[in-house]
Amino acid sequence: MREVTIGIGGAAGDGLDKSGDTLARTAGRLGLHVYAYNSYQSVIRGGHIWLRVRIGQEKVSNHGDRLTVMVALNQDTIERHAGEVDEGGCIVFNMDRLKLDQSLVKKSVQTLAIPMGQVTAEIVKEHGPIQPIMQNTVAVGAVFYLTGIDFQEAADVVKDTFAHKGDKTVALNVGLLKAGWEFARSNARPVSGGWAVSSIRRPFVTGNEAIAIGAAAAGCKFYSAYPMTPASTILHWMASHNEKAGICVKQAEDELAVINMAVGAGIAGARSMCATAGGGFALMTEAIGMAGIMEVPVVCVEVQRGGPSTGLPTKTEQGDLNQVFGASQGEYPRMIVAPRDTADCFDTTVEAFNIAEKYQMPVLIMSDLLLSEHPETVDAEVFRHDVKIDRGDLVTEWSEIQGRFKRFRLDTETGVSPRTLPGTPNAVFTYGSDEHDERGILVSDIFTAPPVRRKMMEKRMRKMERLLQELPAPVLEGPSDADVTLVGWGSTSGAIREAAAMLTEEGIKTNFIIAKYILPFHVREMTELLASCRKKIAVEANYTSQFARYLKAETGIVMDGHVTRYDGDPFEPSYIVAHVSDIMSGKPRCLDITESEARQLAYHYLRTHYLERLRPGKLVRESKNGKGEAIWRIELVERSGGSKAGELTVGITTGATYAYEPSHS
Amino acid sequence: MATVVELPIETYKGPVDPDWCPGCGDFGVLKSVQQAAGACGVAPADLMIVSGIGCSSNLPGFIHAYGVHSLHGRAVAVATGIHLANCDLKVVITGGDGDGYGIGIGHFIHAMRRNLDITYVVMDNQIYGLTTGQTSPTTTKGHKTKSTPKGNIEMPLNPLALAITAGATYVARGFSGEQKHLAEIIAGAIAHKGFSLVDVFSPCVTYNKVNTYPWFKERVYKLEDQGFDPTDFDASIKKSFEWGEKIPLGVIYKRQSDTYEDLDPILQRGSLVKQSLGLDKETMQSFIGELI
Repeated sequence: MREVTIGIGGAAGDGLDKSGDTLARTAGRLGLHVYAYNSYQSVIRGGHIWLRVRIGQEKVSNHGDRLTVMVALNQDTIERHAGEVDEGGCIVFNMDRLKLDQSLVKKSVQTLAIPMGQVTAEIVKEHGPIQPIMQNTVAVGAVFYLTGIDFQEAADVVKDTFAHKGDKTVALNVGLLKAGWEFARSNARPVSGGWAVSSIRRPFVTGNEAIAIGAAAAGCKFYSAYPMTPASTILHWMASHNEKAGICVKQAEDELAVINMAVGAGIAGARSMCATAGGGFALMTEAIGMAGIMEVPVVCVEVQRGGPSTGLPTKTEQGDLNQVFGASQGEYPRMIVAPRDTADCFDTTVEAFNIAEKYQMPVLIMSDLLLSEHPETVDAEVFRHDVKIDRGDLVTEWSEIQGRFKRFRLDTETGVSPRTLPGTPNAVFTYGSDEHDERGILVSDIFTAPPVRRKMMEKRMRKMERLLQELPAPVLEGPSDADVTLVGWGSTSGAIREAAAMLTEEGIKTNFIIAKYILPFHVREMTELLASCRKKIAVEANYTSQFARYLKAETGIVMDGHVTRYDGDPFEPSYIVAHVSDIMSGKPRCLDITESEARQLAYHYLRTHYLERLRPGKLVRESKNGKGEAIWRIELVERSGGSKAGELTVGITTGATYAYEPSHS
Repeated sequence: MATVVELPIETYKGPVDPDWCPGCGDFGVLKSVQQAAGACGVAPADLMIVSGIGCSSNLPGFIHAYGVHSLHGRAVAVATGIHLANCDLKVVITGGDGDGYGIGIGHFIHAMRRNLDITYVVMDNQIYGLTTGQTSPTTTKGHKTKSTPKGNIEMPLNPLALAITAGATYVARGFSGEQKHLAEIIAGAIAHKGFSLVDVFSPCVTYNKVNTYPWFKERVYKLEDQGFDPTDFDASIKKSFEWGEKIPLGVIYKRQSDTYEDLDPILQRGSLVKQSLGLDKETMQSFIGELI
């Protein structure tokens, strides 16, 4: 497949997300496919940010393993990532400010050092001095030439982006883009081209946006939230589109209020949703159980990030499955669903509202930072306005001659008792968080309660059996006679899909199963699927293989291997391929600190203590030096001049940064 | 303004009789809520009683109206959701001091600063009754309870002063020993547009042997008998701290102000539950257009 990956690196505040956006939107408007992922730190200024934008002729399902073009906005980025640029690729940077050490670069990698002052001189003459952040646009212009993606379309995107700031700003930015493009044309060769463009224009969407738009389409009328990364952008979308979408948006005082307000709105009859990360969800669990026993429809999105506690606030993980299973004391019916990609976020949210009301239960959507924050192109047709809205069994009129209204009547085959909304005459009742009888009257304390309790539990749990029947069962994708089956859930689907294809190409025939419906669970179907597979390897972004444990409990089938990741970074296909290959060849998993990890640790140490003055130089692995473990000995050199300024040692087993020893000259 | 058609108290007779201890102050509160709803002409179907957990929080089960008997401390949040989803319902929260001023105090304060059009009746017995007599946020200093056997060493919370400063627009105190007076205060609270707090001395005859009916009867007096002006903020704040030999009952503070729903652009279109669902084609296209 024709594809290209552009990496843009800098510090927070360098405005690189805007640059990535211009690239991605342009590609999206030309009918190409894009998947972007931004590694960032929880700081508003500074830190290291590394945005990768993968553009493909066909659908790209993850940010991939390649790096074709790198745009460096600071010195750190050049040094950290220069060596990752593929052969035949190109490194773009502002030579007025930054330097490239050629020894870091693979052979046949082009260097496009932009003399920024010179290139922008004419523009400065016309518009006056330009802000440093605007120099990014010059670099992006160069990337359009290098990648062979249409310049005119890019200029149109820039025009649209700056239209609200007036013609002068538009002219300035288009001029900068053009200057970069022209400079690249005179000084570099394109690294790709020959794109088959089409008139299909694809929106560039994050999972959180897809969930928010899905909620709006599904008739969500009430959205409550408390700010928490990585769920906050749902709140932002809701707050800025509330009037058009007709949604009452309430930022509450804490997550306890968030979920209880959402449940209250559900009781009153408004389609309601809330979203949070794992920490916020921990506060919500009691009320989710309340929605379960009171049979109230509510949709709750749990966007996982690295845990436990504050954990890794800006990194991804699938570590909350056990928490979501364990949400609330006691047992109650609910649905847990994990959308597999951005388009699926839309469909899943629409479905969640229908199931919540049809089955009168909480529906928990499990997303994660990767899915929620990475943008990708999605076919515009996915976002339908005319989605099915099924409000379930609603009684809108009740007369006294029909007797007392039994909100929780037991004699229903499905376990679903028709409900009235408050305000309906002659049908009043009380919702109880205590166990109650058919009319809602508490039976929690009374002597005769056991049979009522039993019947009420059976009624509620019956809903799960009926719900399962309407959900699609998991499927095996890829060759049926595979040697290996990868098993995952939710957002890892893109990386797993590509890893399976790569493994197959390498001679390990691989297929895969990605579970979406976690509860209720297709135990029979999953057991049959797994029983038909040879070697089964679970792939999960957590430490303890939570989903594999669940599979074992439900199906009795034990995985033959586990590929896990819990360092906060999302899976790349090559990571999965490497680990699966090791498992297949019986090689024990190596947990040592790699050379590149040691280098990153050194960068972090230097950034903290010496800012721009030093950078890591040569790394040497030594088996011992009195630290009790093997170490990486890292030479630290002056950025200006390259003379050795000191040494840092990093433990290969522990990752400990032992000491900085300055050189004495 | 529509004429109020008063409804008899029998309209609100609940499906089961209360199981409170004989003599519990909550009986008087239940009767007052029923009378107040009747006086305001709120039909049972339009009345929504929301509570948390505690003896007094069992009240929704004892009244003929829609109700939610929710979680400990979360009544105000649940009621907020109900009210925002359907502003046409009259939402009355009923609960105790532990529920509202202890575990639920965060929601209590924020609901007041939002000035939601909700009435909150707190049956304040200065003790945890359902859990058999531990200290509560309004238990007075020195009071010996099961959890403070040598006497409570914390200052009690002042709910009225807190409510006035937090932004409640109707703040009153009642006493279940003055049941008719209490019904009038609650009726005033239901009729008031904005957040109303009615703190009620509702003695626990089983676990609070200090703050009893006679204890209150000796001390309480009615503000309206003294011609007190509840619209004077400074006077109201001062009055809210009066405690000891003399304790005031009645409306202590009142003002008119925009409610949350007056200012929310979506709620101005009417109750959420009566609005249409979903998006039309043009709106969806505009949302997607932003992302291309």
